[in-house]
Amino acid sequence: MLQVNDVSITFNEGTPDEKKALQGINLKLKEGEFVTVIGSNGAGKSTMMNVISGNLIPDIGDVTISDKNVTMLPEYKRSQYIGRVFQDPMAGTAPAMTIEENLALAYSRIRKRKLIPGVNKQRKSEFRDHLSTLNLGLENRLNAKVGLLSGGERQALSLLMATFTNPNILLLDEHTAALDPARAELITNLTKKVVEEHNLTTLMVTHNMQQALDLGNRLIMMDKGQIILDIDGEKKQNLTIEDLLKEFQRIRGEQFESDRAVLG
Amino acid sequence: MLYSLFGAVESGVIYAIMALGVYLTFRVLDFPDLTVDGSFVTGAGVAAISIVNGVSPIVATMLAIVAGFIAGCVTGLLHTKGKINALLSGILMMIALYSINLRIMGRPTVSLNNEDTIFSQLREIWPAGIDEFLGGMFTAVGSRAPATWVILFFMIIVTLAIKFLSDYFLKTEVGLALRATGDNKKMIRSFSANTDNLIILGVGISNAMVALSGALIAQLGGFADASMGIGMIVIGLASVIIGEALFGKRTIVITTLAVIGGAIIYRIVVTIALRVEFLDTSDMKMITAFIVMLALVTPRMMQARRDKKRRLQKRAALEQAREGA
Repeated sequence: MLQVNDVSITFNEGTPDEKKALQGINLKLKEGEFVTVIGSNGAGKSTMMNVISGNLIPDIGDVTISDKNVTMLPEYKRSQYIGRVFQDPMAGTAPAMTIEENLALAYSRIRKRKLIPGVNKQRKSEFRDHLSTLNLGLENRLNAKVGLLSGGERQALSLLMATFTNPNILLLDEHTAALDPARAELITNLTKKVVEEHNLTTLMVTHNMQQALDLGNRLIMMDKGQIILDIDGEKKQNLTIEDLLKEFQRIRGEQFESDRAVLG
Repeated sequence: MLYSLFGAVESGVIYAIMALGVYLTFRVLDFPDLTVDGSFVTGAGVAAISIVNGVSPIVATMLAIVAGFIAGCVTGLLHTKGKINALLSGILMMIALYSINLRIMGRPTVSLNNEDTIFSQLREIWPAGIDEFLGGMFTAVGSRAPATWVILFFMIIVTLAIKFLSDYFLKTEVGLALRATGDNKKMIRSFSANTDNLIILGVGISNAMVALSGALIAQLGGFADASMGIGMIVIGLASVIIGEALFGKRTIVITTLAVIGGAIIYRIVVTIALRVEFLDTSDMKMITAFIVMLALVTPRMMQARRDKKRRLQKRAALEQAREGA
């Protein structure tokens, strides 16, 4: 479904601030696979998401979605295949517009926008049905401005908007990080439900190791622009935080040793 | 007095089209577009020079709309493809249009005296009885009666039609995407909308409306002048701000009506201000600036005062309850 082939990208090349953000990343997602991505700050998680979403063009390497090379496709065209939820609850919705108008914007993601009303009776009832699955009572507030909603409500709406049109790929970029624990759990559960329901191919970045273990059927760990760990299947189901930390130390330690060898 | 107020309303309804254009860029797209000062004259100039050269007034007005649309698109292109700051792209286009307008007109002022205009043609088919009847109300209170009512009636219909078209457009799929572009660019890009094209389209439509307003003002006043657009953007803004402050901005339907109201009230205020003895016609721009300042500062001061009063009341209520206990 999604393939990232040998992608490398370097920021500020040739300056003292040079940063090799991604170094020959290879990643292949099968249809319906739900991959959680962990890694420390600066590991290249967000850069990878941005390369996939079209926000960044890689120096070398390709991105393909459903066997279609999209490496050079501009962000707005590529988003026909991709649903996205951002970390900032303010980022995924238009605050000055109403709930139904926001849903209408999301509805047009996979269609050509025309000069016909974005909201009509039929769509309204469709939107209401989708909203009721959130159990937040938003289906009764179709005409409320989204700016009036709380962070949790907005993030739930963002998740709905990103998914109800069945995107080929769903990208979640630390989408629960800015919420309080209770709201974060609500969104986490919703995510689980929605992904299962639509069998969405999903890539989720998170800083919360427990969340990375609880969700999805595959886990990858990134460090210094590389994928250093890739676990799926049964092994992933039985993984604990302890294991992850140990594994991280083992790989990190080895690297440290080899660095010392080079420097020594 | 009544006679000059009539004139104020009449031209106010025409300037309202310009104000709706300014609303589209400033408020909907969040794009402070200064092209307006230039494209207003472009509209006036294209219409005037076409009419002088024998083009029918209606076609001449259409040409003005197209010219304004192109001017706006260029500003949009400068900003989106050229990555020039929004304010600066508008300023660049405004200054370039000053020369372009002079080229179009061939001279600083084009007179439309003794030429057919949309309004003169309308007067021919307008039954004089209506003017006499309605004018009678003016003469009854001892005022001069306006020459004709047809311009006012016609312009109310045209301006309202443009308002309803805008309302409809902003609710279509394309219109929603346009509004989202002004509200949250990152978000609407992730929902597969080409924000560059939407900005170009939006600024284009806005300036088409401004040019239409310019073309009609030229035909109303009987001339187009290269400097008639100076400060137009401030007048447009004044209309938007006054309208929103007085009539609210809860929904788009209300806001567009408020903008039209704001444009008319602005004209009325200027007309009244100019009757003050020590103020001259040359003080117009100063009056405009003053009105905008007032419209911006007053609502905020009133809100602050209301909040203060509310807090004091709550405090007093609490004190009283304590004393009672």
